[in-house]
Amino acid sequence: MLAKRIIPCLDVRHGKVVKGVNFEGVKDVGDPVACAAEYNRQGADEIVFYDIVASHEGRGTFLDVVRETAKQVFVPLTVGGGIASVDDMREALRAGADKISVNSAAVRNPKLISEGAEVFGSQCIVVCIDAKRDGKGGYTVYANGGRIDMKVDLLEWVQEIERRGAGEICLNSIDTDGVRGGFDLEMLNAVCARVRIPVIASGGAGKLSDFATVFEQTDATAALAASLFHFGELTIPQVKADCRSKGILMR
Amino acid sequence: MISVIDYGAGNLFSVCNALRYLNISYEVTKDADAISRADAVILPGVGAFPAAMDSLHETGLVDCIKENAKKKPLLGICLGMQMLFDKSDENGDCAGLSLISGEVHRIPSKKMIIPHMGWNELVITQESPLLAEIETPVYTYFVHSYQAFCDDKHIIAYCDYDGKIPALVTDGAYVFGAQFHPEKSGEKGLQMLRNFERLAK
Repeated sequence: MLAKRIIPCLDVRHGKVVKGVNFEGVKDVGDPVACAAEYNRQGADEIVFYDIVASHEGRGTFLDVVRETAKQVFVPLTVGGGIASVDDMREALRAGADKISVNSAAVRNPKLISEGAEVFGSQCIVVCIDAKRDGKGGYTVYANGGRIDMKVDLLEWVQEIERRGAGEICLNSIDTDGVRGGFDLEMLNAVCARVRIPVIASGGAGKLSDFATVFEQTDATAALAASLFHFGELTIPQVKADCRSKGILMR
Repeated sequence: MISVIDYGAGNLFSVCNALRYLNISYEVTKDADAISRADAVILPGVGAFPAAMDSLHETGLVDCIKENAKKKPLLGICLGMQMLFDKSDENGDCAGLSLISGEVHRIPSKKMIIPHMGWNELVITQESPLLAEIETPVYTYFVHSYQAFCDDKHIIAYCDYDGKIPALVTDGAYVFGAQFHPEKSGEKGLQMLRNFERLAK
């Protein structure tokens, strides 16, 4: 059976790793290639790179980071941020990405998901969603790093994503992101009940047991975190050992 | 020197990245003479079976690969592994290289998500030099929708995905195939590539 995955995420700006807390207040954490190599050594099951600026000018620098990382990291590499066309996807895959993560551009143009899946295969396409409670018992999808309410219902959106051939969903809860009170179990359960494709939990990990909890209480197949790992508060081996001790299958 | 067959396979670069990182000398080639001179051959592969076989036929290398597989180690990876078998029915019937007897069909499970994607544990059923110095449990990274069906004698290791999926196969002599991606399977995957290079010597 498949092991549950632990995925560190590296937000990259101008060739450096950053992490926004609730998407505000950015702080430098270092060289992305070195960080990725360290995570590879620690046993990360996958590594995600986000180009948080995603400007045309900065694209070359970002892809250089991907290219360099692919030379020394031998686990699957997912690349996202500013991917708005099949050509953008191709460029990132050629730089060494194994999977492409699309977010805002897919909300604005859902065809991007089906086109990408058709050209590169479903396994290549991860749709990342920033979602938030709408105050009326539902959830709504945001774009541009959680700044713009797209007025799209989350549970309808995840079904469309699956129908269009995405291979995975990465669900980031704006309500829990950066708060460190644990993953958004309620939102994850709502989404997992609607789709068959794998769902990655993102946003909210604050302590060791949060990872085992998300695997015990939801059908998420992977958990993603950033700052918790960057600042060395928790290491990937610690997280995996805790999950294993609770009977969760880990690599 | 390992020849990595160049026929447009999607994982060619990640395989080469891994070989370079391991300081294994290799060349990416579609030249029959280079393959005949090489100590071993790697056949990468990602995508659909018939399209890949067509591209391989276009290089004119099919006979050369079959000939060399009788006298030096050959490793097929992912779709490259599937191509070692007699045939596949992905997008219609298509003949493979017939280096290992068996067929390739869609993963039959009705309840599991297809593609089978992620880290799965190898159940090792046969000793193999490819698994030297690798401690169990061995998890490797899989991404595929089709799988091989072959006699147990060809299976070095399988993984369980609501059924048995041959993961590491051999003809019993020089031919090996990995359904997973050793080049994306962390340190243990890299060790398998090191072990393959040792076979070449």
